[in-house]
Amino acid sequence: MTDALSRMLAERDWILLDGATGTNLFNMGLGSGDPPEFWNIEKPDNIRALYRGAVEAGSDLFLTNSFGGNASRLKLHQAQGRVRELNEAAASLGREIADKAGRPVIVAGSVGPTGDIFEPMGTLTHASAVEMFHEQAEGLKAGGADVLWIETISAPEEYRAAAEAARLAGMPWCGTMSFDTAGRTMMGTTSAGMAELVEKLPNPPLAFGANCGVGASDLLRTVLGFVAAGSERPIIAKGNAGIPKYHDGHIHYDGTPELMGEYAVLARDAGVRLIGGCCGTMPEHLRAMREALESRPKGPRPSLETISDALGGFSSASDGTGDDSGPARRERRGGRRG
Amino acid sequence: MADDDIILSDLSDDELVLQMHDDLYDGLKEEIEEAVNILIERGWTPYDVLTKALVAGMTIVGADFRDGILFVPEVLLAANAMKGGMAILKPLLIETGAPRMGKMVIGTVKGDIHDIGKNLVAMMMEGAGFEVRDLGINNSVEKYLEALEAEKPDILGMSALLTTTMPYMKVVIDTMKEKGMRDDYIVLVGGAPLNEEFGRAIGADAYCRDAAVAVETAKQFVARKHNQAAAL
Repeated sequence: MTDALSRMLAERDWILLDGATGTNLFNMGLGSGDPPEFWNIEKPDNIRALYRGAVEAGSDLFLTNSFGGNASRLKLHQAQGRVRELNEAAASLGREIADKAGRPVIVAGSVGPTGDIFEPMGTLTHASAVEMFHEQAEGLKAGGADVLWIETISAPEEYRAAAEAARLAGMPWCGTMSFDTAGRTMMGTTSAGMAELVEKLPNPPLAFGANCGVGASDLLRTVLGFVAAGSERPIIAKGNAGIPKYHDGHIHYDGTPELMGEYAVLARDAGVRLIGGCCGTMPEHLRAMREALESRPKGPRPSLETISDALGGFSSASDGTGDDSGPARRERRGGRRG
Repeated sequence: MADDDIILSDLSDDELVLQMHDDLYDGLKEEIEEAVNILIERGWTPYDVLTKALVAGMTIVGADFRDGILFVPEVLLAANAMKGGMAILKPLLIETGAPRMGKMVIGTVKGDIHDIGKNLVAMMMEGAGFEVRDLGINNSVEKYLEALEAEKPDILGMSALLTTTMPYMKVVIDTMKEKGMRDDYIVLVGGAPLNEEFGRAIGADAYCRDAAVAVETAKQFVARKHNQAAAL
Protein backbone atom coordinates (compact mmCIF):
# COMPACT_ATOMS: atom_id res chain seq x y z
CA MET A 1 0.00 0.00 0.00
CA THR A 2 1.42 3.36 -0.92
CA ASP A 3 0.97 6.47 1.14
CA ALA A 4 -0.50 9.80 0.02
CA LEU A 5 2.85 11.58 -0.32
CA SER A 6 4.42 8.79 -2.40
CA ARG A 7 1.41 8.89 -4.71
CA MET A 8 1.66 12.65 -5.09
CA LEU A 9 5.40 12.48 -5.75
CA ALA A 10 4.76 9.87 -8.46
CA GLU A 11 2.32 12.19 -10.24
CA ARG A 12 3.90 15.60 -9.81
CA ASP A 13 7.18 17.29 -10.68
CA TRP A 14 7.06 19.56 -7.64
CA ILE A 15 4.89 19.93 -4.54
CA LEU A 16 4.22 23.24 -2.81
CA LEU A 17 4.61 22.95 0.95
CA ASP A 18 3.40 25.46 3.53
CA GLY A 19 5.00 28.45 5.25
CA ALA A 20 5.45 29.64 8.81
CA THR A 21 3.51 28.44 11.82
CA GLY A 22 4.85 30.69 14.59
CA THR A 23 4.73 33.92 12.57
CA ASN A 24 1.11 33.24 11.56
CA LEU A 25 0.01 32.38 15.09
CA PHE A 26 1.59 35.56 16.49
CA ASN A 27 -0.53 37.55 14.09
CA MET A 28 -3.56 35.82 15.65
CA GLY A 29 -2.49 36.91 19.12
CA LEU A 30 -0.31 34.10 20.47
CA GLY A 31 1.66 35.45 23.41
CA SER A 32 5.44 35.33 23.23
CA GLY A 33 6.74 32.33 25.15
CA ASP A 34 3.36 30.59 25.20
CA PRO A 35 3.21 27.09 23.73
CA PRO A 36 1.47 27.14 20.32
CA GLU A 37 0.38 23.52 20.82
CA PHE A 38 -2.14 24.46 23.54
CA TRP A 39 -4.17 26.23 20.90
CA ASN A 40 -4.98 22.86 19.28
CA ILE A 41 -7.40 22.41 22.20
CA GLU A 42 -8.03 25.96 23.43
CA LYS A 43 -8.40 27.82 20.12
CA PRO A 44 -9.01 25.22 17.42
CA ASP A 45 -10.53 27.82 15.09
CA ASN A 46 -7.21 29.67 14.98
CA ILE A 47 -5.42 26.47 14.05
CA ARG A 48 -8.03 25.72 11.39
CA ALA A 49 -7.43 29.23 10.03
CA LEU A 50 -3.67 28.61 10.01
CA TYR A 51 -4.05 25.40 8.00
CA ARG A 52 -6.70 26.89 5.72
CA GLY A 53 -4.43 29.85 5.01
CA ALA A 54 -1.85 27.52 3.48
CA VAL A 55 -4.38 25.38 1.60
CA GLU A 56 -6.15 28.40 0.10
CA ALA A 57 -2.81 29.86 -0.96
CA GLY A 58 -2.11 26.70 -2.96
CA SER A 59 -0.10 24.45 -0.64
CA ASP A 60 -0.28 20.75 -1.48
CA LEU A 61 0.98 19.78 1.94
CA PHE A 62 0.91 21.53 5.31
CA LEU A 63 2.51 20.84 8.66
CA THR A 64 0.54 20.36 11.84
CA ASN A 65 0.86 22.71 14.81
CA SER A 66 2.95 20.25 16.83
CA PHE A 67 6.56 21.38 16.37
CA GLY A 68 7.15 21.61 20.13
CA GLY A 69 4.85 18.70 20.96
CA ASN A 70 7.38 16.35 22.52
CA ALA A 71 7.59 15.58 26.24
CA SER A 72 10.86 17.46 26.72
CA ARG A 73 9.50 20.69 25.24
CA LEU A 74 6.02 20.44 26.78
CA LYS A 75 7.56 19.92 30.21
CA LEU A 76 8.32 23.67 30.25
CA HIS A 77 4.60 24.22 30.53
CA GLN A 78 3.96 21.25 32.84
CA ALA A 79 2.24 19.56 29.91
CA GLN A 80 4.50 16.54 29.42
CA GLY A 81 1.45 14.36 30.16
CA ARG A 82 -0.47 15.86 27.22
CA VAL A 83 1.77 14.76 24.33
CA ARG A 84 -0.75 12.34 22.85
CA GLU A 85 -3.73 14.68 23.29
CA LEU A 86 -2.07 17.78 21.78
CA ASN A 87 -0.58 15.93 18.82
CA GLU A 88 -3.73 14.02 18.05
CA ALA A 89 -5.69 17.29 18.10
CA ALA A 90 -3.11 18.98 15.83
CA ALA A 91 -3.43 16.22 13.25
CA SER A 92 -7.20 15.76 13.40
CA LEU A 93 -7.78 19.49 12.80
CA GLY A 94 -5.40 19.12 9.85
CA ARG A 95 -7.28 16.09 8.54
CA GLU A 96 -10.53 18.04 8.71
CA ILE A 97 -9.14 20.94 6.65
CA ALA A 98 -7.33 18.71 4.14
CA ASP A 99 -10.39 16.54 3.49
CA LYS A 100 -12.48 19.62 2.73
CA ALA A 101 -9.94 21.06 0.27
CA GLY A 102 -11.52 19.52 -2.84
CA ARG A 103 -8.10 18.38 -4.11
CA PRO A 104 -5.41 16.14 -2.62
CA VAL A 105 -3.74 17.89 0.31
CA ILE A 106 -1.34 16.09 2.59
CA VAL A 107 -1.28 16.44 6.38
CA ALA A 108 2.30 16.23 7.60
CA GLY A 109 2.78 15.75 11.34
CA SER A 110 5.43 18.23 12.45
CA VAL A 111 8.05 16.91 14.86
CA GLY A 112 10.69 19.39 16.09
CA PRO A 113 13.85 18.76 18.10
CA THR A 114 13.76 17.85 21.79
CA GLY A 115 16.09 20.74 22.62
CA ASP A 116 18.34 18.39 24.58
CA ILE A 117 21.93 17.39 23.82
CA PHE A 118 22.99 13.80 23.39
CA GLU A 119 25.33 12.12 25.81
CA PRO A 120 28.19 12.16 26.64
CA MET A 121 28.01 15.99 26.55
CA GLY A 122 24.31 16.12 27.37
CA THR A 123 21.66 13.96 28.96
CA LEU A 124 19.75 12.63 25.97
CA THR A 125 20.16 8.94 25.08
CA HIS A 126 19.12 7.26 21.85
CA ALA A 127 16.47 5.27 23.75
CA SER A 128 14.95 8.31 25.47
CA ALA A 129 14.89 10.32 22.23
CA VAL A 130 13.21 7.44 20.38
CA GLU A 131 10.65 7.11 23.17
CA MET A 132 9.76 10.81 23.06
CA PHE A 133 9.49 10.95 19.27
CA HIS A 134 7.51 7.70 19.18
CA GLU A 135 5.00 8.99 21.71
CA GLN A 136 4.50 12.10 19.58
CA ALA A 137 4.30 10.07 16.34
CA GLU A 138 1.53 7.87 17.74
CA GLY A 139 -0.50 10.97 18.63
CA LEU A 140 -0.08 12.42 15.13
CA LYS A 141 -0.94 9.07 13.56
CA ALA A 142 -4.09 8.72 15.66
CA GLY A 143 -5.18 12.19 14.54
CA GLY A 144 -4.84 11.20 10.89
CA ALA A 145 -1.48 12.61 9.74
CA ASP A 146 -0.42 11.15 6.37
CA VAL A 147 3.29 11.43 7.00
CA LEU A 148 5.63 12.36 9.84
CA TRP A 149 7.65 15.51 9.19
CA ILE A 150 10.79 15.82 11.29
CA GLU A 151 12.32 19.30 11.05
CA THR A 152 14.96 21.74 12.30
CA ILE A 153 17.25 18.96 13.50
CA SER A 154 20.93 19.73 14.22
CA ALA A 155 22.36 16.47 15.58
CA PRO A 156 22.70 13.34 13.41
CA GLU A 157 21.89 11.25 16.51
CA GLU A 158 18.54 13.02 16.86
CA TYR A 159 17.74 12.47 13.18
CA ARG A 160 18.44 8.74 13.58
CA ALA A 161 16.27 8.56 16.70
CA ALA A 162 13.38 10.25 14.87
CA ALA A 163 13.76 7.77 11.99
CA GLU A 164 13.47 4.89 14.40
CA ALA A 165 10.39 6.43 16.00
CA ALA A 166 8.76 6.65 12.55
CA ARG A 167 9.53 2.96 12.01
CA LEU A 168 8.02 2.03 15.40
CA ALA A 169 4.90 4.03 14.58
CA GLY A 170 4.72 2.40 11.15
CA MET A 171 4.61 5.77 9.38
CA PRO A 172 6.26 7.14 6.24
CA TRP A 173 8.41 10.13 7.10
CA CYS A 174 10.36 13.10 5.80
CA GLY A 175 13.16 14.84 7.68
CA THR A 176 14.99 18.13 7.35
CA MET A 177 17.91 19.63 9.23
CA SER A 178 18.67 23.29 9.91
CA PHE A 179 21.98 24.51 8.49
CA ASP A 180 22.54 27.72 10.41
CA THR A 181 26.24 27.73 11.37
CA ALA A 182 28.71 28.57 8.58
CA GLY A 183 26.64 26.45 6.19
CA ARG A 184 26.50 23.46 8.53
CA THR A 185 24.15 22.45 11.33
CA MET A 186 25.00 23.70 14.80
CA MET A 187 26.56 20.28 15.43
CA GLY A 188 28.79 20.60 12.36
CA THR A 189 26.91 18.35 9.89
CA THR A 190 27.40 19.41 6.25
CA SER A 191 24.90 18.97 3.42
CA ALA A 192 27.06 16.13 2.07
CA GLY A 193 27.18 14.59 5.54
CA MET A 194 23.40 14.64 5.80
CA ALA A 195 22.94 13.07 2.34
CA GLU A 196 25.20 10.22 3.45
CA LEU A 197 23.47 9.87 6.83
CA VAL A 198 20.07 9.58 5.16
CA GLU A 199 21.10 6.74 2.84
CA LYS A 200 22.56 4.72 5.71
CA LEU A 201 19.31 4.62 7.68
CA PRO A 202 17.48 1.27 7.83
CA ASN A 203 14.24 3.12 6.98
CA PRO A 204 15.25 6.11 4.88
CA PRO A 205 12.78 9.02 4.56
CA LEU A 206 10.56 9.60 1.51
CA ALA A 207 12.35 12.93 1.14
CA PHE A 208 15.05 14.84 2.99
CA GLY A 209 16.37 18.36 2.98
CA ALA A 210 16.84 21.65 4.80
CA ASN A 211 14.59 24.08 6.63
CA CYS A 212 14.91 27.36 8.51
CA GLY A 213 18.57 28.27 9.02
CA VAL A 214 19.83 31.68 7.94
CA GLY A 215 18.19 32.82 4.71
CA ALA A 216 17.00 31.64 1.33
CA SER A 217 20.48 31.92 -0.30
CA ASP A 218 22.19 29.75 2.30
CA LEU A 219 19.39 27.23 2.07
CA LEU A 220 19.81 26.84 -1.68
CA ARG A 221 23.58 26.48 -1.30
CA THR A 222 22.80 23.57 1.05
CA VAL A 223 20.50 22.11 -1.64
CA LEU A 224 23.31 22.27 -4.21
CA GLY A 225 25.38 20.30 -1.68
CA PHE A 226 22.70 17.57 -1.55
CA VAL A 227 22.59 17.42 -5.34
CA ALA A 228 26.39 17.25 -5.60
CA ALA A 229 26.34 14.32 -3.16
CA GLY A 230 24.45 12.43 -5.88
CA SER A 231 21.25 11.71 -4.00
CA GLU A 232 18.31 10.39 -6.03
CA ARG A 233 15.93 10.90 -3.11
CA PRO A 234 13.44 13.79 -3.40
CA ILE A 235 14.82 16.95 -1.79
CA ILE A 236 12.94 19.36 0.49
CA ALA A 237 13.61 23.11 0.76
CA LYS A 238 11.84 25.21 3.38
CA GLY A 239 13.68 28.50 3.69
CA ASN A 240 12.90 31.57 5.78
CA ALA A 241 11.33 34.62 4.15
CA GLY A 242 14.32 36.87 4.71
CA ILE A 243 15.47 37.89 8.15
CA PRO A 244 13.42 38.93 11.21
CA LYS A 245 12.87 42.60 11.99
CA TYR A 246 10.99 44.18 14.82
CA HIS A 247 8.11 46.48 13.86
CA ASP A 248 5.44 48.02 16.09
CA GLY A 249 5.53 45.29 18.67
CA HIS A 250 5.71 42.29 16.42
CA ILE A 251 8.18 40.38 14.30
CA HIS A 252 8.19 40.88 10.59
CA TYR A 253 10.40 39.06 8.10
CA ASP A 254 11.82 41.23 5.36
CA GLY A 255 11.51 38.77 2.45
CA THR A 256 8.89 39.93 -0.08
CA PRO A 257 6.47 37.58 -1.88
CA GLU A 258 8.38 38.35 -5.12
CA LEU A 259 11.64 37.26 -3.52
CA MET A 260 10.08 34.03 -2.27
CA GLY A 261 8.70 33.39 -5.78
CA GLU A 262 12.25 33.78 -7.09
CA TYR A 263 13.51 31.44 -4.38
CA ALA A 264 10.88 28.81 -5.26
CA VAL A 265 11.86 28.82 -8.95
CA LEU A 266 15.58 28.61 -8.12
CA ALA A 267 14.87 25.76 -5.69
CA ARG A 268 13.00 23.84 -8.38
CA ASP A 269 15.73 24.49 -10.94
CA ALA A 270 18.32 23.31 -8.39
CA GLY A 271 16.52 19.96 -8.18
CA VAL A 272 14.16 20.41 -5.23
CA ARG A 273 10.78 18.65 -5.51
CA LEU A 274 9.20 19.69 -2.22
CA ILE A 275 9.28 23.48 -2.00
CA GLY A 276 8.02 25.61 0.87
CA GLY A 277 8.89 28.36 3.31
CA CYS A 278 9.72 28.52 6.98
CA CYS A 279 9.68 31.45 9.45
CA GLY A 280 8.06 34.60 8.04
CA THR A 281 6.43 32.83 5.08
CA MET A 282 2.79 33.96 4.98
CA PRO A 283 -0.05 32.98 2.63
CA GLU A 284 0.80 35.87 0.27
CA HIS A 285 4.32 34.46 -0.08
CA LEU A 286 2.92 31.00 -0.82
CA ARG A 287 0.64 32.45 -3.50
CA ALA A 288 3.60 34.15 -5.15
CA MET A 289 5.59 30.92 -4.98
CA ARG A 290 2.78 28.88 -6.58
CA GLU A 291 2.30 31.49 -9.28
CA ALA A 292 6.02 31.61 -10.06
CA LEU A 293 6.35 27.82 -10.16
CA GLU A 294 3.37 27.48 -12.50
CA SER A 295 4.21 30.35 -14.84
CA ARG A 296 7.95 30.11 -15.23
CA PRO A 297 9.58 27.36 -17.30
CA LYS A 298 12.18 25.14 -15.73
CA GLY A 299 15.66 26.56 -16.18
CA PRO A 300 19.17 25.18 -15.79
CA ARG A 301 20.53 24.38 -12.34
CA PRO A 302 21.55 27.73 -10.82
CA SER A 303 25.14 28.43 -9.85
CA LEU A 304 26.08 29.92 -6.48
CA GLU A 305 26.50 33.26 -8.29
CA THR A 306 22.99 33.10 -9.75
CA ILE A 307 21.60 32.37 -6.29
CA SER A 308 23.44 35.19 -4.54
CA ASP A 309 22.60 37.64 -7.33
CA ALA A 310 18.90 36.84 -7.02
CA LEU A 311 18.50 36.33 -3.27
CA GLY A 312 21.46 38.00 -1.57
CA GLY A 313 24.87 36.86 -0.35
CA PHE A 314 25.78 33.86 1.80
CA SER A 315 26.42 33.99 5.55
CA SER A 316 29.84 32.33 5.24
CA ALA A 317 32.46 31.90 2.53
CA SER A 318 32.33 28.11 2.63
CA ASP A 319 29.81 25.50 3.76
CA GLY A 320 32.32 22.75 4.41
CA THR A 321 31.70 20.80 1.19
CA GLY A 322 33.42 20.43 -2.17
CA ASP A 323 37.00 21.37 -3.03
CA ASP A 324 36.97 24.48 -0.93
CA SER A 325 35.99 22.88 2.33
CA GLY A 326 36.97 25.93 4.34
CA PRO A 327 39.64 26.57 6.95
CA ALA A 328 41.12 23.51 8.60
CA ARG A 329 41.43 22.48 12.21
CA ARG A 330 44.55 23.48 14.00
CA GLU A 331 47.38 20.92 14.09
CA ARG A 332 48.53 19.60 17.44
CA ARG A 333 52.01 20.55 18.45
CA GLY A 334 52.86 17.15 19.89
CA GLY A 335 51.35 13.71 20.20
CA ARG A 336 48.61 12.70 22.52
CA ARG A 337 49.78 11.01 25.66
CA GLY A 338 49.13 7.30 26.04
CA MET B 1 53.28 3.98 24.88
CA ALA B 2 54.11 5.53 21.51
CA ASP B 3 57.33 7.48 20.96
CA ASP B 4 55.64 10.84 20.81
CA ASP B 5 53.75 10.45 24.07
CA ILE B 6 54.23 13.46 26.29
CA ILE B 7 54.74 13.44 30.04
CA LEU B 8 53.25 16.75 31.20
CA SER B 9 55.45 17.07 34.27
CA ASP B 10 58.59 16.82 32.09
CA LEU B 11 57.64 19.94 30.09
CA SER B 12 58.98 23.41 30.83
CA ASP B 13 56.42 26.01 31.90
CA ASP B 14 56.20 27.53 28.42
CA GLU B 15 55.85 24.16 26.72
CA LEU B 16 53.29 23.02 29.25
CA VAL B 17 51.12 26.10 28.66
CA LEU B 18 51.20 25.50 24.90
CA GLN B 19 50.40 21.85 25.51
CA MET B 20 47.41 22.95 27.61
CA HIS B 21 46.16 25.05 24.71
CA ASP B 22 46.28 21.91 22.54
CA ASP B 23 44.62 19.80 25.20
CA LEU B 24 41.82 22.33 25.68
CA TYR B 25 41.33 22.40 21.92
CA ASP B 26 40.96 18.62 21.96
CA GLY B 27 38.79 18.60 25.09
CA LEU B 28 41.12 16.49 27.23
CA LYS B 29 39.77 17.14 30.71
CA GLU B 30 42.09 14.90 32.76
CA GLU B 31 45.18 16.34 31.09
CA ILE B 32 43.98 19.87 31.84
CA GLU B 33 43.35 19.03 35.48
CA GLU B 34 46.79 17.47 35.78
CA ALA B 35 48.50 20.42 34.11
CA VAL B 36 46.68 22.96 36.32
CA ASN B 37 47.92 21.10 39.39
CA ILE B 38 51.47 21.00 38.03
CA LEU B 39 51.53 24.77 37.45
CA ILE B 40 50.13 25.48 40.92
CA GLU B 41 52.76 23.17 42.46
CA ARG B 42 55.43 25.06 40.52
CA GLY B 43 54.34 28.22 42.29
CA TRP B 44 52.16 29.86 39.59
CA THR B 45 49.43 32.14 40.91
CA PRO B 46 45.92 30.80 40.26
CA TYR B 47 45.20 33.99 38.27
CA ASP B 48 48.14 33.34 35.93
CA VAL B 49 47.03 29.75 35.39
CA LEU B 50 43.54 30.99 34.59
CA THR B 51 44.54 33.73 32.16
CA LYS B 52 47.69 32.38 30.49
CA ALA B 53 46.69 28.74 30.21
CA LEU B 54 42.91 28.36 30.31
CA VAL B 55 41.59 31.71 29.04
CA ALA B 56 44.25 31.92 26.33
CA GLY B 57 43.44 28.35 25.25
CA MET B 58 39.71 28.98 25.17
CA THR B 59 40.32 32.12 23.11
CA ILE B 60 41.78 29.91 20.37
CA VAL B 61 38.77 27.59 20.62
CA GLY B 62 36.47 30.61 20.45
CA ALA B 63 38.18 32.02 17.37
CA ASP B 64 37.93 28.71 15.50
CA PHE B 65 34.29 28.38 16.51
CA ARG B 66 33.62 31.90 15.22
CA ASP B 67 35.38 31.05 11.96
CA GLY B 68 33.36 27.88 11.34
CA ILE B 69 36.26 25.50 11.98
CA LEU B 70 34.98 24.05 15.24
CA PHE B 71 31.31 23.30 15.95
CA VAL B 72 29.18 22.82 19.02
CA PRO B 73 30.32 19.29 19.97
CA GLU B 74 34.02 20.26 19.94
CA VAL B 75 33.35 23.46 21.88
CA LEU B 76 31.32 21.58 24.49
CA LEU B 77 34.21 19.16 24.95
CA ALA B 78 36.71 22.00 25.27
CA ALA B 79 34.48 23.82 27.76
CA ASN B 80 34.11 20.63 29.76
CA ALA B 81 37.91 20.29 29.95
CA MET B 82 38.16 23.91 31.03
CA LYS B 83 35.55 23.33 33.71
CA GLY B 84 37.75 20.58 35.14
CA GLY B 85 40.58 23.08 35.48
CA MET B 86 38.28 25.78 36.82
CA ALA B 87 37.01 23.50 39.59
CA ILE B 88 40.57 23.34 40.92
CA LEU B 89 41.23 27.06 40.43
CA LYS B 90 37.97 28.54 41.74
CA PRO B 91 38.60 28.17 45.50
CA LEU B 92 42.23 29.27 45.01
CA LEU B 93 41.16 32.37 43.05
CA ILE B 94 38.81 33.40 45.86
CA GLU B 95 41.50 32.74 48.48
CA THR B 96 44.05 34.87 46.66
CA GLY B 97 41.60 37.69 45.87
CA ALA B 98 42.40 37.59 42.16
CA PRO B 99 40.97 40.43 40.02
CA ARG B 100 37.57 39.78 38.45
CA MET B 101 36.51 40.45 34.90
CA GLY B 102 32.89 41.03 35.77
CA LYS B 103 29.68 39.18 36.44
CA MET B 104 26.92 37.98 34.14
CA VAL B 105 23.40 36.68 34.71
CA ILE B 106 22.28 34.60 31.75
CA GLY B 107 19.18 32.63 30.80
CA THR B 108 16.98 31.41 27.95
CA VAL B 109 13.67 33.27 27.76
CA LYS B 110 10.22 32.00 28.72
CA GLY B 111 8.83 29.25 26.49
CA ASP B 112 12.22 28.35 25.06
CA ILE B 113 13.94 25.16 26.06
CA HIS B 114 16.91 25.60 23.77
CA ASP B 115 19.95 26.20 25.85
CA ILE B 116 22.83 24.91 23.78
CA GLY B 117 23.92 28.35 22.62
CA LYS B 118 23.28 29.85 26.05
CA ASN B 119 25.38 27.13 27.70
CA LEU B 120 28.19 27.82 25.27
CA VAL B 121 28.10 31.51 26.11
CA ALA B 122 28.12 30.75 29.85
CA MET B 123 31.07 28.39 29.45
CA MET B 124 33.06 30.74 27.22
CA MET B 125 32.39 33.65 29.57
CA GLU B 126 33.69 31.57 32.48
CA GLY B 127 36.57 30.62 30.26
CA ALA B 128 37.28 34.32 29.82
CA GLY B 129 37.33 34.83 33.58
CA PHE B 130 33.81 36.18 34.14
CA GLU B 131 31.64 35.05 37.02
CA VAL B 132 28.45 33.59 35.56
CA ARG B 133 25.09 32.93 37.17
CA ASP B 134 23.13 30.66 34.82
CA LEU B 135 19.35 30.82 35.26
CA GLY B 136 18.74 27.94 32.87
CA ILE B 137 15.78 27.81 30.48
CA ASN B 138 12.22 29.17 30.43
CA ASN B 139 12.81 32.38 32.39
CA SER B 140 9.96 34.79 33.04
CA VAL B 141 10.59 38.51 33.39
CA GLU B 142 10.13 38.12 37.16
CA LYS B 143 12.91 35.53 37.33
CA TYR B 144 15.31 37.76 35.43
CA LEU B 145 14.56 40.75 37.68
CA GLU B 146 14.95 38.71 40.87
CA ALA B 147 18.33 37.48 39.70
CA LEU B 148 19.45 41.02 38.80
CA GLU B 149 18.48 42.19 42.29
CA ALA B 150 20.20 39.29 44.01
CA GLU B 151 23.36 39.04 41.92
CA LYS B 152 24.03 42.66 40.94
CA PRO B 153 25.79 41.62 37.74
CA ASP B 154 27.40 43.86 35.14
CA ILE B 155 25.72 42.02 32.30
CA LEU B 156 22.35 40.45 31.56
CA GLY B 157 22.43 37.87 28.76
CA MET B 158 19.27 36.54 27.12
CA SER B 159 18.94 33.81 24.54
CA ALA B 160 16.11 32.55 22.32
CA LEU B 161 16.14 30.04 19.51
CA LEU B 162 12.54 30.23 18.36
CA THR B 163 10.59 32.78 16.38
CA THR B 164 7.86 32.32 18.96
CA THR B 165 10.05 33.25 21.93
CA MET B 166 12.44 35.93 20.68
CA PRO B 167 9.98 38.84 21.20
CA TYR B 168 9.98 37.99 24.91
CA MET B 169 13.39 39.63 25.18
CA LYS B 170 11.68 42.94 24.51
CA VAL B 171 9.19 42.25 27.30
CA VAL B 172 12.11 41.89 29.72
CA ILE B 173 13.91 45.02 28.48
CA ASP B 174 10.70 47.08 28.51
CA THR B 175 10.03 46.03 32.11
CA MET B 176 13.58 47.02 33.07
CA LYS B 177 12.96 50.43 31.47
CA GLU B 178 9.68 50.88 33.36
CA LYS B 179 11.45 50.19 36.61
CA GLY B 180 14.22 52.63 35.74
CA MET B 181 16.92 49.96 35.93
CA ARG B 182 17.69 49.35 32.27
CA ASP B 183 20.80 51.53 32.24
CA ASP B 184 22.29 49.79 35.27
CA TYR B 185 23.12 46.76 33.14
CA ILE B 186 24.75 45.79 29.90
CA VAL B 187 22.12 43.77 28.03
CA LEU B 188 23.41 41.26 25.48
CA VAL B 189 21.10 39.06 23.38
CA GLY B 190 21.71 36.08 21.14
CA GLY B 191 20.15 33.11 19.38
CA ALA B 192 19.92 31.70 15.87
CA PRO B 193 16.92 33.72 14.57
CA LEU B 194 18.22 37.08 15.82
CA ASN B 195 20.37 39.71 14.15
CA GLU B 196 21.97 43.04 14.97
CA GLU B 197 19.04 45.11 13.84
CA PHE B 198 16.66 43.07 15.98
CA GLY B 199 18.92 43.57 19.01
CA ARG B 200 18.88 47.34 18.48
CA ALA B 201 15.13 47.47 17.86
CA ILE B 202 14.27 45.78 21.15
CA GLY B 203 16.69 48.00 23.10
CA ALA B 204 19.57 45.63 23.85
CA ASP B 205 23.13 46.95 23.99
CA ALA B 206 24.30 44.37 21.49
CA TYR B 207 23.40 41.23 19.60
CA CYS B 208 26.10 38.56 19.76
CA ARG B 209 26.29 36.18 16.82
CA ASP B 210 27.98 33.40 18.79
CA ALA B 211 29.70 32.63 22.07
CA ALA B 212 33.08 33.96 20.94
CA VAL B 213 31.55 37.25 19.88
CA ALA B 214 29.65 37.40 23.19
CA VAL B 215 32.91 37.23 25.12
CA GLU B 216 34.56 39.92 22.98
CA THR B 217 31.50 42.17 23.26
CA ALA B 218 31.22 41.64 27.03
CA LYS B 219 34.88 42.59 27.52
CA GLN B 220 34.46 45.78 25.48
CA PHE B 221 31.32 46.89 27.30
CA VAL B 222 32.70 46.12 30.76
CA ALA B 223 35.89 48.07 29.96
CA ARG B 224 33.79 50.99 28.74
CA LYS B 225 31.64 50.84 31.89
CA HIS B 226 34.72 50.89 34.11
CA ASN B 227 36.15 53.84 32.16
CA GLN B 228 32.89 55.74 32.56
CA ALA B 229 32.83 54.99 36.29
CA ALA B 230 36.41 56.23 36.60
CA ALA B 231 35.56 59.45 34.73
CA LEU B 232 32.70 60.35 37.08
